[in-house]
Parts: sequence; structure tokens; C-alpha cells
Amino acid sequence: MRKTGAEIVVELLQHYGVDLVFGYPGGTIMPVYDALYHSGLRHILARHEQGACHAADGYARATGKTGVVIATSGPGATNLVTGLATAYMDSVPLIAITGQVPTFAIGTDSFQEADIYGITIPITKYNYLVKDVAKLAETFAEAFYIARTGRPGPVLIDIPKDVQLASTEYAPVAQADIPLLKYTPEPQYEFDAQLDELVLLLRAAKRPVLFVGGGAVISNASVGIHRLARKLSLPVTNTLIANGVFPSQDPLSLGMAGMHGTRYANEAIFASDLLIAAGARFDDRVTGKIAEFAQRAKIVHIDIDPAEVGKVVPVDLSIIGNLKDVLDGLLAKLEAVDFEPQTKWLGQIKEWKEKYPLTYTQSASIIKPQCVIQTISELTQGEAIITTGVGQHQMWASLYCDHRHPKHFITSGGLGTMGFCVPSGIGAQLGCPDKLVVTITGDGSFQMNLQELATAAYYNIPVKIVILNNGYLGMVRQWQEMFFERRYSETHLEDGNPDFVMVAKGFGLEAFRVTRPEEVRPTLAMAFALPGPVVIDCRVEKEENVWPMIPTGGTVKDTIEH
Amino acid sequence: MAITALNQEPELKQYTLSILVRNHAGVLSHVAGLFTRRGYNIESISAGITERSDITRITIVVTGDHKILEQVLKQCQKLVDVIKIASLKYNESVTRELAIISVNARHENRSKIIEIADVFSANIVDMAEDAIILEVVGNARRINSIIQLLSPFGIEDIARTGVVALAYRSQIPPIN
Repeated sequence: MRKTGAEIVVELLQHYGVDLVFGYPGGTIMPVYDALYHSGLRHILARHEQGACHAADGYARATGKTGVVIATSGPGATNLVTGLATAYMDSVPLIAITGQVPTFAIGTDSFQEADIYGITIPITKYNYLVKDVAKLAETFAEAFYIARTGRPGPVLIDIPKDVQLASTEYAPVAQADIPLLKYTPEPQYEFDAQLDELVLLLRAAKRPVLFVGGGAVISNASVGIHRLARKLSLPVTNTLIANGVFPSQDPLSLGMAGMHGTRYANEAIFASDLLIAAGARFDDRVTGKIAEFAQRAKIVHIDIDPAEVGKVVPVDLSIIGNLKDVLDGLLAKLEAVDFEPQTKWLGQIKEWKEKYPLTYTQSASIIKPQCVIQTISELTQGEAIITTGVGQHQMWASLYCDHRHPKHFITSGGLGTMGFCVPSGIGAQLGCPDKLVVTITGDGSFQMNLQELATAAYYNIPVKIVILNNGYLGMVRQWQEMFFERRYSETHLEDGNPDFVMVAKGFGLEAFRVTRPEEVRPTLAMAFALPGPVVIDCRVEKEENVWPMIPTGGTVKDTIEH
Repeated sequence: MAITALNQEPELKQYTLSILVRNHAGVLSHVAGLFTRRGYNIESISAGITERSDITRITIVVTGDHKILEQVLKQCQKLVDVIKIASLKYNESVTRELAIISVNARHENRSKIIEIADVFSANIVDMAEDAIILEVVGNARRINSIIQLLSPFGIEDIARTGVVALAYRSQIPPIN
């Protein structure tokens, strides 16, 4: 059957199981929007392409499905850039579809023309400029395959307007029929011998630590991690992205490692004699000074991406594969082996936990941001999906939330994108309508992409947005306090901040302000029970700092406790 | 001792990568962009289609240590367009580059320049009153040598193709 390029795009989205797309129309993408009109495919109109992209990202992270975002050429496409880079850094499967000026106008600096293909090469897993309508089916087959498989990532498809309008015979293409596609999502390496070696290392280890990263979320390896930790009484630490893979209340959990990680996680890594990194990529925010990172330990790196092995830290043993499969293989081998818990090591860890607990100074008169997060966690019993912006609130949310499930802590880890908070909350809520979604943000992050409050209001997306409002660009201010002799250069936001309650109400949301500690719990409880989207402006301690902290390039021995 | 030295990689760590890729308009940007993004130094790059019009061979000479080479190979392998990648060993591959060199050739210098051209089997492709254009083919060392020898006469312009290379097919057992 003959169809136009635009109709094919919509059919292909449905063919690949997409039930929800985010986007913003404009000149060169109008044929696709026209095809959407009667298609039954649900489209969420954001208020800014960046918001649409982060929403698709939040949707993908909460559901494990592939997020889809649509934008027009030129500024529409360039507004996706931050969103794509965010998704790329955290390995989130996205398909971005952009309109482009007609093929005959490409290269003439025509109206709303930008080389989004060239611009997004370094921030996508792959991208396309489709110049032939007959190639659309093949392109989409490839794009979805690439975005979803292996180490996932965003894929952009740029489609000139004349290609959207041209027509051709349409039939979906099977991925197997694509010529010359040598892309292998999971290099089929045998890892049986490596697993045997790992078993030997585990048997010899006196101070083992399991270090879990985002790969564990993506490969749904939570159960395997849990079984492995139980079987071997293995202490588990995690990256920011991997919060929830292993329950943070478990006695074996050390919580997040790194610059703002728990002291006991960092002590354990420092002292360990065997560090098993599972789907983690040794970000500098985790390692600090590379030369002294786990320097006494044999390091085992399990990852699906061979290029991650040895990229930052030299490793003693690498296992390339899907983490879930690797863990299943390992657990099968361990079945016949009896392990005595390393009681001395576990005792040492218990001692560290008692010696260096996560603490902050309580106050009866000023709201402490950590207390707000603990209250959110208590009220939701760790069952809510949390999304965050970037900065102090993000670190407090990571440290003080009761993380119970994977895919329940959605945050921009690698790129550290402020303004990810509200749109990712919207996306997560749309992906998980039965879940309570709480967006924790700061007054800085909230104001980047607060236009998406209109999206939440219009579609009645019941995300609960909690602003830890300290009137500062808090994390930068903290660094200025510590390293720039309190010269608060351009970080004081308070005087310019709008009245967030009035702003939210203006957008049609319910909104509340809390200024006293005793108001926090009842207001949050009341807000969480409301059926629609809510903004809660919490006026928190202005110059509270995130502790503990290891300054850049330091080790656990440089930890500043408070 | 001497034989061991012959079998070693040259002191300067330059690696020649031979990459087969899907041939399409953006593929060179994808490959070159990876090198820029990850901070690898490209010494030379050349690309051309193979016996199959849908496959391009890109030859890249990259400088770095062994660790960088390993990362480059792994990162390149990840590119969706890459069909095959190999790091060609110095003594197991044929490596060629073509250079076109325009050199000042006043009357009294001509015979000296022609002598150099003869030694290097360089063709004289153009001759003017005061200049000669030479084309020379060889590995990078050979090209660098002739350039060095011609420099005193005054080189006006050079165009180099960058290295192309293929692994030898014949198998010569190592000399013991």
C-alpha cells in the first residue's frame, strides 16, 4: 500500500510498540503531526523541546521502554541537544524524530535549518538523515534495534519535509534483513572461564565489595545482585544511578559511593581486597583520585560495553556480557560452593557504619532539607518514584531516600542536567500512572524547565513537585564556601526568585508553601493525597551543606564529615 | 639482538588502523568525530570505496600509547557503521602514501633535484622555468626523507594523501 513518509513514520512507531510520544510541532515536522492527528497514537505536547526530551527520558527510565520525542528543524532540534546528551550519558533508550528543511534546501541556510545530524553525532548512539522515503522502514528498524539493545542510548532520525510528503510502497523491515549492519549489541564472548576465575577470587577474598552501577538497572539484574549479596554476605555499594538496585535499608547495603557517598562505602572500597564492579563505569565522581582508588583490591569489571573495561581504572579480570546473564552464570557456579561470611570484614563495616553515620543537625525552627527527604520517604514508604534535578537536593535525595526498588530513582547522573526534574517526573508519571511520582528539586533546577508545569496541569499528570528552596545555587555555593573563601559569585538566587506558589497556581496547579519544620509532614501528606499535580515550596536552611564530601581528586582519607 | 630490534614496533608509537565501514554520506564524520571527542590524535586519515561500492575503507594513523590504542579500537568497534577494524602491524602490512611536491628548481639545482628524484623513483610530473613538481610513493619514512632532502632547495607546496595500508597476505615465518 502506498503511504506518505509521514504516515509511515507514525505507522512505524506503532509497529515498534510505541504508545506514547512527546513532542512539539513546527514547520518542517507538520506532515508527521498531520499523520498523528487521526492515528490514535497518544502525543504529549510539552512546552519546550528540552522538556519533551527529558519527559521521554523519564518515561523510558521508569518503564524500561524506549522513549520517543518529536521536534521540528532548527531551534526545535537544537533544543533537544541537552536532553539527548543527558540520555546518552546515562544510557537511556530514546528515539528522537526531527523535521528537516526539504532536501533541495539543505545547505542553503534556509529558514529554521540546522545540521542536527552533525550536531548530535557525539551525543547519540547513532543518528540518521533520511533522504529517501523508501529508506524510512529500514531506518526505523535499525534505529529501534540500536536504541534498545546492548548498552542502550538515544538515536536521532532527521527527516526532511519533502521526504515526509513523498509516498512509497510501505512494509516494515525486519532487523535481520538490514544489509551490512554489523552492530552487535552483546558481543557473544564466552565468559565461563572468567566466571571460574571470579569464583576463585571470591573464595580467596577477605574484604570483598560489590559495586553496582546503572547497568544493573538496565539489565534488570536486581534479583541477581540480591542473591549474590545474600549468598556471599557481600557488602554492596552503588552509584547514583543504581540507587534501588539493592535495598538501601539492607544491612549489607553501603549506599552510594564517591564524592558525596557515605563514608562507610568509601572506606570499604578503599580497604577492600576484591572490588566487583557490576555495570558501573568508574566515573570521576566515584573514584576520586584514580591512583588510590581501591588500590589494595583486585578489580573485576563486569560490563556489556567492552570499551568501558580499562577506560579509567586498570582491571584484573573483565567479564563482557549482559549483567543479568553473567550473574545467573556466576550464581549457578556458586550453588555447590559453601561460603563462610567474612565476619571480621562485616564487623569492620558495621563499625564504620556506627562511627560515620549519615547525620545532620536537626532544628526545631528551620526546615532541614534532609528531613524533608526523609519525610517524603517515610510517607511513601519508599514506594514512590523519585525524580530529581541536579545539585545539593539531588545528593540529599540519593543519601536520605529509602531506596527499595530499581527504576524508582530517576536522575541525571553523567551529564548532571539541571532542569531534568520536572519533565522527567512528568514522563515517569505517564509511564507509571499507578505510581506516586515525587519530583525533588531545588529552586535553581526548578526554574529550568518550569514551563512544563503547563504540561502537567493540562494533562492532569499528578506529579508531586517538592522544591527544597534555599535561595541559592546550593552546590555551587557550597563549593564557593569551601574553596573560594565564601565569595558567593552569582549563586544567590533568592532575591530574583519568583513566588513559586503563585507561579504554580498561575499554571493551574495546587501549590503550598511550608516554612516551619512541623508543617512539613502534614503538608506533604495532604499534597500526596491530592489527585492532581502539586508544587510544594519548602523554605529550607539556606546554607546547609552536603556531607560527607571528598574534594575533587581526593581519597576517603580526605573526607570532610561536616 | 639486531633481529629482535627489527621485529619491534618503531620507537614512535604510531598505529595504523584499517577500518571497513558502511559507505554513506555521514560515515566519515562519525569516525573522525569519535577521535575528536575522545581526544585521540589523528596523524593522517584517508578514505575510499572498496571493491564493493557500499563499503568504504578508512585508514587512520593515530599516535598514542598501547592503552590509547586499545581504547581507540574498542570505541571504533562500537560505532554502528564499523564492519571491521584492525590495527596493522608495522612489519606485517604494506603501507603507502603518495606525495606531490612542488620544489624551487633554479637552473643550477635542477640536476641535483633530478638525482634525488631518481634515487626515490619519484616521477617528475611538471617542470617550469624555476620549479619542478614531483610525485613520490612510499611509506611515511620514504616521503619524509625526500622532503627532507628537497627542503634546502625550497619547497613551495606539498600535498600528501595520507597513509593507505593493507595487511600482507603472504606468511613469512619469523627468523630465529
